[in-house]
Amino acid sequence: MLTFTFRRLVLSIPTLLFISLAIFMLLQMAPGDPMAQVPLTVPPDVKQKMREALGLGQPVHVQYWKWLVQFFWIEPQVFIDWLTRESWTLGWLPDTSFAEGKLRVISWQTRGPVMSLVVQSLPQTFWVVGMSYVVGVLIALPVGIYSAYRHYSIFDQTGTFITMVGFSIPPFFTGPLLIVIFAVQLGWLPSTYNTVHQVVDWDSFVIQMKQMVLPVMVLALQTTAQISRYMRSAMLDNLKQDYVRTARAKGLRESVVVMVHVLRNSMIPVVTVIALGIPAIFGGAIITENVFKVNGLGYQLLIALFANDIPTVMTLTFIFAILIVLFNLIADVLYGVLDPRIRYD
Amino acid sequence: MFSKIMTIGGALALSIGTAGFAERGADGHVSIIYWQAPSILNPYLSGGTKDVESSSLVIEPLGRYDQDGALVPFLAEEIPTVANGGVSEDLTSITWKLKSGLKWSDGTPVTSADVKFTAEYCMHPEGGCAQASFFEGVVSIEELDELTTKVTFNQPKPNPYGPFMGGQSPIIQAAQFADCLGAKAPECTGANFGPIGTGPFVVTDFRPNDVIQMKANEHYRDPAKPAFATLTFKGGGDATAAGRAVMETGEFDYAWNMQLAPDVLAKMAEGGKGKPIAAFGALVERLEMNLTNPSPDLPAETRSTRAEPHPFLSDVRVRRALSMAIDRDLLVEVGYGQAGRPTCNLVPAPKIYTSDNTGCLTQDIAGANALLDEAGWVDSDGDGVRDKDGVKMAILYQTSTNAVRQDFQALIKQWWSEIGVETELRNLDASVFFGGDPGSPDTFQKFYADVEMYANVFNGTDPQQYLAAYKCGSEPKPDSQWQGENINRFCDPEYDNLIEEYARTGDIEKRGELGRRMNDMLTKDSMTIVPLVDRGRVSAHSVTLGGVVLNTWDSELWNVADWHRIK
Amino acid sequence: MTDAPLKTPEPTVDRVSEAKSSSQWRDVWKQFKRHKGAVMGGGFLAFITLFVLIGPYIWALEATKLDIRAKDMRPMYTVLWNGEAKVGWAHPLGTDQLGRDLLSQLIEGGRASMAVGWAAMILALFLGTTIGVLAGFFKRMDFWLMRFTDLVLSLPILPLLLVAVTLFRQPLRANFGPEMGMFILIVGVVGITSWMQTARIVRADVLALKEREFVLAARSIGTTPTKIITRHLIPNVMSPIMVSATLGLATAIITESALSFLGVGFPSDFPTWGKLLSDAVQRMEQFPERVLLPGLMISLTVLSVNYIGDGLRDALDPRIRGR
Repeated sequence: MLTFTFRRLVLSIPTLLFISLAIFMLLQMAPGDPMAQVPLTVPPDVKQKMREALGLGQPVHVQYWKWLVQFFWIEPQVFIDWLTRESWTLGWLPDTSFAEGKLRVISWQTRGPVMSLVVQSLPQTFWVVGMSYVVGVLIALPVGIYSAYRHYSIFDQTGTFITMVGFSIPPFFTGPLLIVIFAVQLGWLPSTYNTVHQVVDWDSFVIQMKQMVLPVMVLALQTTAQISRYMRSAMLDNLKQDYVRTARAKGLRESVVVMVHVLRNSMIPVVTVIALGIPAIFGGAIITENVFKVNGLGYQLLIALFANDIPTVMTLTFIFAILIVLFNLIADVLYGVLDPRIRYD
Repeated sequence: MFSKIMTIGGALALSIGTAGFAERGADGHVSIIYWQAPSILNPYLSGGTKDVESSSLVIEPLGRYDQDGALVPFLAEEIPTVANGGVSEDLTSITWKLKSGLKWSDGTPVTSADVKFTAEYCMHPEGGCAQASFFEGVVSIEELDELTTKVTFNQPKPNPYGPFMGGQSPIIQAAQFADCLGAKAPECTGANFGPIGTGPFVVTDFRPNDVIQMKANEHYRDPAKPAFATLTFKGGGDATAAGRAVMETGEFDYAWNMQLAPDVLAKMAEGGKGKPIAAFGALVERLEMNLTNPSPDLPAETRSTRAEPHPFLSDVRVRRALSMAIDRDLLVEVGYGQAGRPTCNLVPAPKIYTSDNTGCLTQDIAGANALLDEAGWVDSDGDGVRDKDGVKMAILYQTSTNAVRQDFQALIKQWWSEIGVETELRNLDASVFFGGDPGSPDTFQKFYADVEMYANVFNGTDPQQYLAAYKCGSEPKPDSQWQGENINRFCDPEYDNLIEEYARTGDIEKRGELGRRMNDMLTKDSMTIVPLVDRGRVSAHSVTLGGVVLNTWDSELWNVADWHRIK
Repeated sequence: MTDAPLKTPEPTVDRVSEAKSSSQWRDVWKQFKRHKGAVMGGGFLAFITLFVLIGPYIWALEATKLDIRAKDMRPMYTVLWNGEAKVGWAHPLGTDQLGRDLLSQLIEGGRASMAVGWAAMILALFLGTTIGVLAGFFKRMDFWLMRFTDLVLSLPILPLLLVAVTLFRQPLRANFGPEMGMFILIVGVVGITSWMQTARIVRADVLALKEREFVLAARSIGTTPTKIITRHLIPNVMSPIMVSATLGLATAIITESALSFLGVGFPSDFPTWGKLLSDAVQRMEQFPERVLLPGLMISLTVLSVNYIGDGLRDALDPRIRGR
């Protein structure tokens, strides 16, 4: 397994390079223009000058190479500089200045480094999208297990109904619906997520929780629905297997049979879905973030797409790609742990 | 006795205090929501409205337009005119004089060097300045003394108020941006995210595409203003969410650009925490008729170019009939309510340029049918669609995605079907439609459709550049990478003569007359452009926020220094 | 883990007679009929399919027809609690802000949504299952197919859509007409961007299954890989595929409305359930029926597919069947 992991890690590098090229070519081919959001009152010749100032006139391979160098060579240097200068782990090292005067990946909208946009949006994305994922998974697993164990009980039927209705109603409806109920009618919770709110004491923590409730609810509903369905169906498949009968016949406790033997064998599809979902946390939740004005990574990606801000889109999707490749690798390793018969070599 | 006078004086001071004019920062905190989040606070690097308006809290021009479109001095002592000697008799130069004693928010004095630097910054050939058109024709900028700057143009400028006038052209600090000229402009992230200004507020924290936090500027020229000590400028969401946050939940004090259907807006206003306000400018929602043939069967070199006239839209009677079939009052009622007025004019304001053209305001389906019959377009095969010589009157009608526009499309399609015209609707993502990508078939410049709908306006109060767009030769075409402003491919030598005469004319009455003539040529005479609605701007503010004056000619936040809390 | 080699009956199926297998299908049907949820789901799905297919002949009002005088009418049932509501039998479910009849919009919209939903879901399932099985079963293809999956997962959807429109809209329109061309484009786009999760899950299950004793047994008696896949592997990955199918149907119906927002989908006056829902969100307080009715249609369709899936799985499982 170790050699497999190592080999796959090494092979990830060419894979990712190829993915970056594919994303870049896709963005080049896509119609769209960073000047689309500039008002029509700005004349075409001025817009042309602005495009040139963004470096749009350069040949495609030069633009790609520039991005590669900036992302893989200069950004890590910036990171090292930050580590030695400000971080508390390595701050004792002499300050470095590798990246001084070098051009980083610059967003076309903000004319500032894309990486600082990422760093700025990460906290709210993790708070809201990450938390909703954790909540969603924590609800989905027990719900899925118990639904399967008490197949066709009232609990199972209700769970099925709620999750399926929840999944088929899109967040662009549930978001405003919750706002109308909880923010407008009842006035209990805010409709806007305050991204500059700082948690310093108990009261501010309560405020933070309050502003997270609605977006987390909307997102967790989707996650719960999806994962609990896969969990339930995999458990159902396994509960009927002969080994379960054997285990029970051996006199094992019911909890051991279900929670150890059956669960372990049912985890493979669930691990797959969860592993596919974790990179999506980083991708943010575009619609929900927009409805609640969370302005996390999903929102940054959305407006970068609409503004045709290619460096930002490229960087965000590429970080996303790294996570996808990484988590799919982790899932592959986990399959081997869950079912030792699975071998890759 | 003496003590009595003191008491009266104190009471007076108190009463003034409660009226909200007492001292800077007395009213605490104010919060603004724009459903598009600002990306940068330097309007010279981004033409986007969200960026121009958010930066107008911090940096200011020499003069602004007020809510009626009149010029008011801001950093300037007065607005230069020919009468006061500020503009030369031959209209080739303008001399601006700064107010004395102005200070930047870092405490240093504002001088004419800053004014001169601002022009250099935007006119740098490698800078890609978004507002370069304001500086068009500027030959030189001279500092006559500490406070006086003279701008010289290469030819007489009947409207010399391009540079340093209005929200798009504010003064930036020379010391802060000195190293940011030309290609280096994007490297100055710190300056672009936190410009030092003369405005009522200073940036304390800027998070691009998210939120800006500001505090009152200690060095603001009026010691009693602004009334608010701190300000939050939040971005994101959509118009509905922003409206809700002001009018229904009261989380914010001011929301920008409520592009919502009138019934939705009215329902929100019932929330009682805020109210919508509307004001009109010159923004016109219109149908643009394609005078050339967009058929996909034509080769790419001639499709939608002047080489191929349109099979039926090139006939003025057809265009007129299409306009007659439209009920503009109903469009306004459905789409804009109080924030719209039916119009037949391309230039609906200022008054001097407004033609008394009202002929299109009444819908006339019968008349439209008669006109099409007269033009020889009849339904010869009985399928409900008019045709002539084997050509069916089938129209592809495209616009950008926007709830109100899609309602308009549905209504207009219905009316056109009543006059025997078949319509296919298409809506496109705004970032493609308004982009200029020559590789895309869906840009509004390429016009691979018969009719398209969008809104346009001009900067400031002078429509010269706006009307000049319809000159022969400025149409988008393959040779020009499909760039150009003459979307309809209109071409009339008489119009070209008028626009040249207009550019030479200084007399405002005469300019008005020429402007009206050109407006009529494009609208009621040729029906090349079919105006639909004069669109006002709607914003919403909290019932406790006082001093808001909605301005469509300049930044909406132009008078934020006067905003105060009503207690 | 003691997996008996005889855990599935499939190895025996190879040798059973025609008569036996037909009675097996009769058993399946018998079991399916006993599943209450599945029968109700099937009944509802049949009803809704008939509703959208023959609906236009019974309720002949055109969905795109505007009648601005009759705008903002409420459904008949509002009379129950509000006698002054603007209602009329001409529009039993009310009208929208431009006076389009909601009932005929639901019928017309259902046609598009059901067609797009089913076609896109089947395309995604087909792609996902094929790629998943191939990757899981054939070691040599695994690396390439899964890296391809990673690639498609990482591509940003919006530019992908815009490229697809630029490249394919005109040729598809020319060959299939405006509506059919758009339908193919939408189904293609939704299908091609949503098979990856199914592929990953199917592959993971196949990786585990192919090491089980019954597959090893089948292999040892010389069964060809094609037969192993169709007879032993696919029946055993049916339940996650069923789950993907129900979730995929819901996603496809919703995604279609997002596409038309981007200008990739059907023309703006062409109703679909997803679009009716998203257009009405703004006015959900005044006119809740405009969100609830299309929302209900989508949810009930998805629910009934889910129950049919449950019933089918039970019916196909020999261990439950016959008990």
